[in-house]
Amino acid sequence: MRNRRSLFALPYVVWMALFVVAPIVLVVVYAFSSADGGFTLENFAHMGDYAVVFSRSFYLALIATLLCLLIGYPLAYVLARETAGVQRVAMMLIMLPMWMNFLLRTYSWMSILEDKGLLNRLFAAVGIIDLGNLINGGLNSLCAALNSGPLAWLNGELGTQLALFAKRSTDMTFFHMINTPGAVVLGMVYNYLPFMVLPIYSVIVKLDNSLLEAARDLGADTLRVFRKVVFPLSLSGVLSGITMVFVPSVSTFAISQLLGGKNQLLLGDLIETQFTGMAYNPYLGSAISLVMMVVVIVCMAVMNRFGEGEEQAVML
Amino acid sequence: MSKELIRLMGCSMAFDDELVLDNINLYINDSEFLTLLGPSGCGKTTTLRIIGGFTTPTAGEVLFDGVRMNDIPPHLRQVNTVFQRYALFPHLNVFENVAFGLRIPKTVEETNAAGKPVKRKVKLPESEIRERVLEMLSVVSLKGFENRRITELSGGQQQRVAIARALVNRPKVLLLDEPLGALDLRLRKDMQSELKRIQQQMGITFIYVTHDQEEALAMSDTIVVMDQGKIQQIGRPEDIYNEPKNAFVADFIGESNILDGVMHEDYVVEFFNRKFKCLDKGFAPMEPVDVVIRPEDVDIVPVDKGQLKGTVTAVTFKGVHYDTIVDFKGYKWLIQTTDFHDVGETIGIVLNPDDIHIMHKSAYSGMFGDYSSYSEEYDEIGDVTLLDEEDEEEAGHAE
Repeated sequence: MRNRRSLFALPYVVWMALFVVAPIVLVVVYAFSSADGGFTLENFAHMGDYAVVFSRSFYLALIATLLCLLIGYPLAYVLARETAGVQRVAMMLIMLPMWMNFLLRTYSWMSILEDKGLLNRLFAAVGIIDLGNLINGGLNSLCAALNSGPLAWLNGELGTQLALFAKRSTDMTFFHMINTPGAVVLGMVYNYLPFMVLPIYSVIVKLDNSLLEAARDLGADTLRVFRKVVFPLSLSGVLSGITMVFVPSVSTFAISQLLGGKNQLLLGDLIETQFTGMAYNPYLGSAISLVMMVVVIVCMAVMNRFGEGEEQAVML
Repeated sequence: MSKELIRLMGCSMAFDDELVLDNINLYINDSEFLTLLGPSGCGKTTTLRIIGGFTTPTAGEVLFDGVRMNDIPPHLRQVNTVFQRYALFPHLNVFENVAFGLRIPKTVEETNAAGKPVKRKVKLPESEIRERVLEMLSVVSLKGFENRRITELSGGQQQRVAIARALVNRPKVLLLDEPLGALDLRLRKDMQSELKRIQQQMGITFIYVTHDQEEALAMSDTIVVMDQGKIQQIGRPEDIYNEPKNAFVADFIGESNILDGVMHEDYVVEFFNRKFKCLDKGFAPMEPVDVVIRPEDVDIVPVDKGQLKGTVTAVTFKGVHYDTIVDFKGYKWLIQTTDFHDVGETIGIVLNPDDIHIMHKSAYSGMFGDYSSYSEEYDEIGDVTLLDEEDEEEAGHAE
């Protein structure tokens, strides 16, 4: 009986072996190989050179994940309490962008964020850019007044700060948005938000309403019901949401190239250049991939432990 | 005399223009075990939810100790609920489930040094929480289960945790929404006496919702029979059983043969073209009435000694007695007797005055108390049960 049943799992087992296990083994083998095929640790020796890229990748991915959580949790929570009809429509709207090609979506953000892009034209049209110049001008004169006025005796650190502050440009014709870390984070949040919303939503929507009523019955106000019942019980959704946003964010390359320009090189870009770029070096690329994988796994393990700890903490 | 604690005045409730509660008037005394009894959809759970604060009646008033409570949310009411499916918190262990209510800071009003009233949030000390939780767990016979996970408990144990979680807050009133519905028969009987014991031990009011008439009769001080959003009868279990107000109550509580009759004068009723002595009075002369005869009250005698004679059409063995269907001039009665009378046998019966109960005609007249379709009904039920068992067996094999 058992054997016959496990037969059905065979296609997936084969798939796993061919396309999941084998590539990982290959990555590990390459990472410890030199160009002539011998064993070496050389590939890891220069990992320190890429510390900036590593920290930038993890930093931006972390911010993107936090933003996704801050936007996604309330959205999922509100959605789960809506009527079935509203839920269906909202789910459609959340999924809809995912049906469009990923590159297309990201290209369109380029044309929105460009210096002469849609957003800047809109800002110019409604006078927001003028307003920005006005505010900068105002700040400049304020700083100047403070520096030369009755507060001129304020020397040292504060004075220097004010002086710097007073040099704001007042002849902007656009806000510079494209090719900034912010644009990269925006791209990540936009692309991966559904992966945060969906798992949280599906956990909350399954929450037994009588649990919430029981908590209220026992004297908990709305905030306490959320803190002590809803949130702890939705933690599994939050954890898988974080994983599903953080991991692709760390390793993304298209978003950083299209929205981050040349200055926001991320791990994904670094790895890509090792395989397809001029600096062809699949051994180094594999090593970087491996290090990234290990760091991500450690992050996830710590987070899951923290999640369990949270559950324990609620218990105690 | 016990003190009145809760009063519902003219409470009505409508969902989407559908009236689920229709002008409910009810008072509940301190330390009373009151049961709301009725078929599903009769409004009993809605009534309970109104008292618990989960729904606000569309009309009428809810008073606690004479104070209007309509708009007071559940967390500010001195009422706790045992939910139908227990609603225990799966992420907390037994101890923390029971301690949930105790951990919530309570607002107390006191006078400060200047003599002004101030509100202060007070947290119970951990030692007191521990003491009260453990004490309550021993009341529900769950000593030593503090650290168990909820998922490790059986249905009966979860039930006890739910009761402890509610009672530990020392509510004035405990609401129970079909709490024994998910338990098997044996456990249900045990829990019935346990609940009654806990209620007497704690001396608080229990408001109990059930559709199980036996449960209601066994546990309650007062039963409120409901149907179609209306209260049909309020009374002690004995009164409800012996003096049902209408055909619905007579049929819902126990088995009843309900016949059309005419009240000739006080203490004399006519049915089957024959006058019988009864103990009822106060009806209009020649008023058409419903006559209730309980199946266990009918005495079977030899044909020549009977007031009525009929033919047995079906017999079912029920353990303590036989359910015997007897045809009287085309009208079938259910008679419960310990003597066996085979199908086709002609028997006589005698009705004593206290076996006959007279009710005014009501909207329910003619809807209940006829056992003409009894045998077919029984067959159908039998078939369904058999099928279910087979299904279960198949499921068992598949495991």
